Amino acid sequence: MRAGLVSAEQSAWTPRFWVGFAIALLVLGGVIPVLNLAVAHDSPVAVPDYLVPLLGKYVCYAILALSLDLVWGYAGILSLGHGAFFALGGYCMGMYLMRQIGTRGVYGNPLLPDFMVFLNWKELPWFWWGFDHFAYAVAMIVLVPGVFAFVFGWLAFRSRVTGVYLSIITQAMTYALWLAFFRNDMGFGGNNGLTDYKDILGWDVHLAETRLGLYLASVAGLGIGFLVCRFITVSKLGRVLLALRDAESRVRFLGYSTTNAKLFVFTVSAVLAGIAGALYVPQVGIINPSEFSPGNSIEIAIWVSVGGRGTLTGAMIGAVLVNLAKTWLTGAVPEIWLFFLGGLFVLTTLVFPHGIVGILRNLPWPRPRRVAPTKTPVPVQEPVAIRKRA
Amino acid sequence: MSARLFRLAALALLLLLAVALPAQADDLAEAVAGLGGASFAEKEKAIIALGTLGDPRAVPILHALGDDRLRKAPDGRVLILDTVGGTTKLSDAATGQEISGVEADSLDRIIVNNRLRGAIDAALGALTLFSPERDARLAAAQDALRHPSAATMALLDKALAVEQDSEIRAAMQQSLSAARLFTGSKEERLAAIRALGTTTDPQVKNLLDEFRNTPDLDPDLRKATDEALAAISNRLWFTGLAANLFQGISLGSVLLLAAIGLAITFGVMGVINMAHGEMIMLGAYVAYVVQELFRAFFPSGVFDAYLIVAVPVAFLFAGALGVVLERCLIRFLYGRPLETLLATWGVSLILQQSVRSIFGSPNKEVSNPGWMTGGFDLLGGFTITWNRLYIICFCFAVLGVLALILNRTSFGLQVRAVTQNRDMAAVMGIRTARVDALTFGLGSGIAGMAGVALSQIGNVSPNLGTIYIVDSFLVVVFGGVGNLLGTLVGALTLGIVNKFLETVTGAILAKIVVLVAIILFIQRRPRGLFALKGRTAEAEA
Repeated sequence: MRAGLVSAEQSAWTPRFWVGFAIALLVLGGVIPVLNLAVAHDSPVAVPDYLVPLLGKYVCYAILALSLDLVWGYAGILSLGHGAFFALGGYCMGMYLMRQIGTRGVYGNPLLPDFMVFLNWKELPWFWWGFDHFAYAVAMIVLVPGVFAFVFGWLAFRSRVTGVYLSIITQAMTYALWLAFFRNDMGFGGNNGLTDYKDILGWDVHLAETRLGLYLASVAGLGIGFLVCRFITVSKLGRVLLALRDAESRVRFLGYSTTNAKLFVFTVSAVLAGIAGALYVPQVGIINPSEFSPGNSIEIAIWVSVGGRGTLTGAMIGAVLVNLAKTWLTGAVPEIWLFFLGGLFVLTTLVFPHGIVGILRNLPWPRPRRVAPTKTPVPVQEPVAIRKRA
Repeated sequence: MSARLFRLAALALLLLLAVALPAQADDLAEAVAGLGGASFAEKEKAIIALGTLGDPRAVPILHALGDDRLRKAPDGRVLILDTVGGTTKLSDAATGQEISGVEADSLDRIIVNNRLRGAIDAALGALTLFSPERDARLAAAQDALRHPSAATMALLDKALAVEQDSEIRAAMQQSLSAARLFTGSKEERLAAIRALGTTTDPQVKNLLDEFRNTPDLDPDLRKATDEALAAISNRLWFTGLAANLFQGISLGSVLLLAAIGLAITFGVMGVINMAHGEMIMLGAYVAYVVQELFRAFFPSGVFDAYLIVAVPVAFLFAGALGVVLERCLIRFLYGRPLETLLATWGVSLILQQSVRSIFGSPNKEVSNPGWMTGGFDLLGGFTITWNRLYIICFCFAVLGVLALILNRTSFGLQVRAVTQNRDMAAVMGIRTARVDALTFGLGSGIAGMAGVALSQIGNVSPNLGTIYIVDSFLVVVFGGVGNLLGTLVGALTLGIVNKFLETVTGAILAKIVVLVAIILFIQRRPRGLFALKGRTAEAEA
């Protein structure tokens, strides 16, 4: 484990934590590239080139799991729309990559992507403008999921749609987007989505070096995402979130604006999911509407749940483990995969509600056990990030 | 009374026909003889004569002519050459008598050119009006609308004299009016316009449009045409409205069927059952299995009854599964709705994959029983299909029975008591655990029956449930949780709104618009259309 979870802001950023964080970052961002580049290919510890994008994919899933854990584990909002934010970020990146193809497409049109030429479109729709600039695309990767989540969350939290109702309408949102992106008239490539990328920032996406670079970018994203989530969860805002997760009415009666707190964390989380999607797309080489499927969004919840809800490390571990199992099972015994996944859903909720981290924490460790932050009564004194209601 | 009259009329017609036959035979013989004429013009005249004769016996002759199987004997008789199993057979075209002792090779062939082939096709088309096949006659009667001419008119008159099927008669009358429009006197035309104005056939509308644009049209006729056109447009609009309404109610009833079970498990018990869609799917597979069993073990005569058997079987099967699910899983998760959501989603994946492993992923075909196939024409161009109508009725019956169970039986009383105050109900001696299990079983069983109904209008595949699950939840949330009336209103509203939007925006966009509208609606009224008031409403939050 990278770092044990600590309960309050003062004890969150200990040297112990930083050492653990640095080790994890070194393993992911240092050892794996070395094993890929510097070790002879026939060595048993070598990481072959084809594995790099796969590992990069897992890292992106870990970022996605982090983002869901932030809202679900800490604020009690089970969003079934995080797959959609992920896909929105992915589409923004996909649009940038499509514009980079230039005249190298099948039809050789310098302005329009192939599918638009195929559909007889004459000019680039307005929402594609600017996507040939990387900076603009990056801004959109943050803004599109962020603004979308902000508006959706503002509407939902303001009218106090909570619990399963919120889950259901986020699922309806995902479903609506799923249907919408399947339409050819939307201008996002319909069923086939966006694919056949050539290069990113001038680098050929098929080159091993580019892929390693993308992997490293994903690791950096995970590291930064983790720090941001940790910063939020151990702050005073984090404590308000925990409190409203457990007794929202009470927090409201105490004078906190639960709407603003939830809205803030929901938006941040959606942005993080969008970034994960944007890092994911160039590594897998395609984005299509199936990423919006409601099932995908629920699957993210099981990654978090397997690892341990309300623990950031748990979410990341869960995402990687479940996806490792998925890669292995769908390859080796495809018909077992859904049984396995279904079983995981049932078992984790019924038998292991605290996931892998919970199990590890309950083992008789030789050192004095730390108490989960969720159980620690922390007196809430002065809310910093939250507007106090008059 | 009218039946007797009808029979009398039929008898009279038959008599007429018997009298008319010999005369017809002479005409036939004359026309057939003309086929053996020397010039193409002579042959063409004969073909047209055969076509306008309205005699079914002309059909094989014309076919033989087209297939180059007509021969001319030295004595002027026209013979048909048939090849049956390698041996050739000759028969007299006019009388149908078999001829023996004549060598087929010694006869002259009757040659046709392309112009004649066209004439043959036209004649055959006209003759189909007298075909013994009902569908062929109907098609021909409708087709005649597109070739209004004096010849068609004469033929239609003749065909009308012998036709007895009311639907075909109506089609013929219509085509006749259309023909009169272009050929008759002014009075006849006016009458024809008025007659055509009473239909809803878009083809008639086109025809009238065309007629109205003919140059130098009599002002009276033009005025009458305008009136007729307005009447048709009006009626078409109304038919379209009725058709949309029916389809909307039909879609609403499907949604309602899918959502009723959920209204109990989610609405009454507060359990989020994501495996609800799979209960529907299993119900559909029960229908498939029962159908296959009937095919294998029962005489084909009782096959149509399989659906009647499938409904209770599906209810029991899905209901039993629901009870097992509640006892083994859901009861441990009461009060933790989000966990219930995830666990039942897991169950749904397992059920889907089980069905896929057992039955395979391709769609299974569940056939409609005889009494559910087809439909009837309510207004012109607006057909009500039996399966949709039965499903609407079935859905309301299920809802009614459920309302009775919940409101009028002691079990229903217990369910309501447990929902409203579990502890107090337990204190009063109600076995709450048993009530929970049975309520969940009831909801699942209804989902199973919904599956049987859905198998009649769509594909049966392992993903059947996932199609309906999001919609069902939206119906329940939209209508208001814990309220059967809300579910009814919610389902019908969504169904009808969806269908009317579809005509404007297309199917997928309509669905998206409805989804967005519901999301916005829930912001306005987070507890649905018919929200529970007071303490029960707060318990959920």
